[in-house]
Amino acid sequence: MPNLRFTEKPLSEWMKEGGDHSDVVISSRVRIARNLVQHPFPIVASAEQAEEVQGQLIGALSSEPVQSVGPFEPIILKELDDVDKEVLMEKHLISPSLINDSRAGAVLLAEDESVSIMLNEEDHLRIQCLYPGFQLQEAWERASAIDDAFEKAVNYAFDTHRGYMTSCPTNMGTGLRASVMLHLPALAIMNQVGRILSAVSQVGLAVRGLYGEGSEAIGNIFQISNQITLGLSEEEIIDNLRSVVLQIIEYEQHARNRLLTESRLRITDRIMRSYGILCYATMMDSKEAFQRISDVRLGVDLGLIDKTSVTQMNELMIMTQPGFLQKTFGVKMGSGERDMYRAQLIRDKLGNIHVED
Amino acid sequence: MVCQECQKRPATLHFTKIVNGEKTEFHICEHCAREKGELIPGTSGGFSIHNLLSGLMDFDSSNKGQVPGPAVQELQCPECGMTYTQFRKLGRFGCSSCYKTFDDKLDPLLKRVHGSTAHTGKLPGRAGVQIKIRQQMHELKQQLQKSIADEEFEQAAELRDQIRGLEKQISQES
Repeated sequence: MPNLRFTEKPLSEWMKEGGDHSDVVISSRVRIARNLVQHPFPIVASAEQAEEVQGQLIGALSSEPVQSVGPFEPIILKELDDVDKEVLMEKHLISPSLINDSRAGAVLLAEDESVSIMLNEEDHLRIQCLYPGFQLQEAWERASAIDDAFEKAVNYAFDTHRGYMTSCPTNMGTGLRASVMLHLPALAIMNQVGRILSAVSQVGLAVRGLYGEGSEAIGNIFQISNQITLGLSEEEIIDNLRSVVLQIIEYEQHARNRLLTESRLRITDRIMRSYGILCYATMMDSKEAFQRISDVRLGVDLGLIDKTSVTQMNELMIMTQPGFLQKTFGVKMGSGERDMYRAQLIRDKLGNIHVED
Repeated sequence: MVCQECQKRPATLHFTKIVNGEKTEFHICEHCAREKGELIPGTSGGFSIHNLLSGLMDFDSSNKGQVPGPAVQELQCPECGMTYTQFRKLGRFGCSSCYKTFDDKLDPLLKRVHGSTAHTGKLPGRAGVQIKIRQQMHELKQQLQKSIADEEFEQAAELRDQIRGLEKQISQES
């Protein structure tokens, strides 16, 4: 099994602090779905047909236009062991369905992991750009440039009336899904999240948990994305999402200010307790870890705690996932042991903060 | 008989799948069949789990209440073999030709999902180039007609060569 450097380090570019509004917006992501003409879509393709598409797209990597937006390293899913696949998923570089449902699945990764291009997921090509903070426009421009480069090397399925042809009708037209990962602890503490998020879903946007479709919102992290992909231009889709997210950011900041002015002592106590537990606990399940990390992240953002950083909290969020724990400690673990290793990893990381920074 | 998937509910669906001579028997309950529906590839024309369950998922309301008679030939994509029933069941196109095959049925669905039916976003560069070449060709052909009418044969020959060049370009691009 080759040693996969992408699964060794926990911090992708998107997890480092940066970008606009990084106190509320964890990351911005743009995904473009594309398919090739004269090849059946992955859902009906035979193994050979899927391999052929994979070969053609990996072949496109050496074309001049794609090289100029790359380089990308091809990783064939079936050559990876299960832990590596899980880690790539936990880092949001591949989707669960690429692991579970794909024939001849592969991913093309940029060195800094800000770009991951999935092959033979639901569509032949899914170009994803993931940036830290609020950088939707930047992510879209990068994804679009990569799209242009592939378009010079392969034949896309496109129809002037219906747009880019995707396997699922919910993606057709632009094939664009833009999403923003938000950390909304103050709104959650004030019980206002439900109200705001239900308003969001009324304006054609979807709200999901940390790991996309069907996943639960843990650690006060919410993903907001566009639902409509047809009949609007890419710029309109991005602008709509952008303006709604800017409002949510404002609400969250307002709620944070209220917490500081109206219940400073109580919120400080909550954050410090969570920090203490992260530093000293010997067992911790994933749900608790997310909640404590969320508290401490809020503490850093509010300037109530200076012993750690947002980047470190982002890193912990990923490193405490099952796949990463297994990778880090190199042992197979049941859920009870996992809680022990998770607590150990958090203690180590927080204890070493002064050395690392 | 108990469902072989969940081992809980009674098996109500029994069928045999033969792929490349390999025979597999299925005894499953309706719940598991629905969940597994996408994992069991449908064989075009023949019996498939998708055909059986198509009635359960119906996103094309214009068809509701109409029972398709056996005389009605079902739409089927000539490229990938996906039938309209399968498309409705899976909610996914099988290939780019499905778009043409099912085109007449798409508008109500797209209106419901997206609120509109036509793409207004990005155009691929190459399709853009093709559109440009076609326009250019159209102009050249008009000039050609004119120069023939004016008996300017030298110019006509030149235009003809240019048009041939563009035709070649189009066939290479596509």
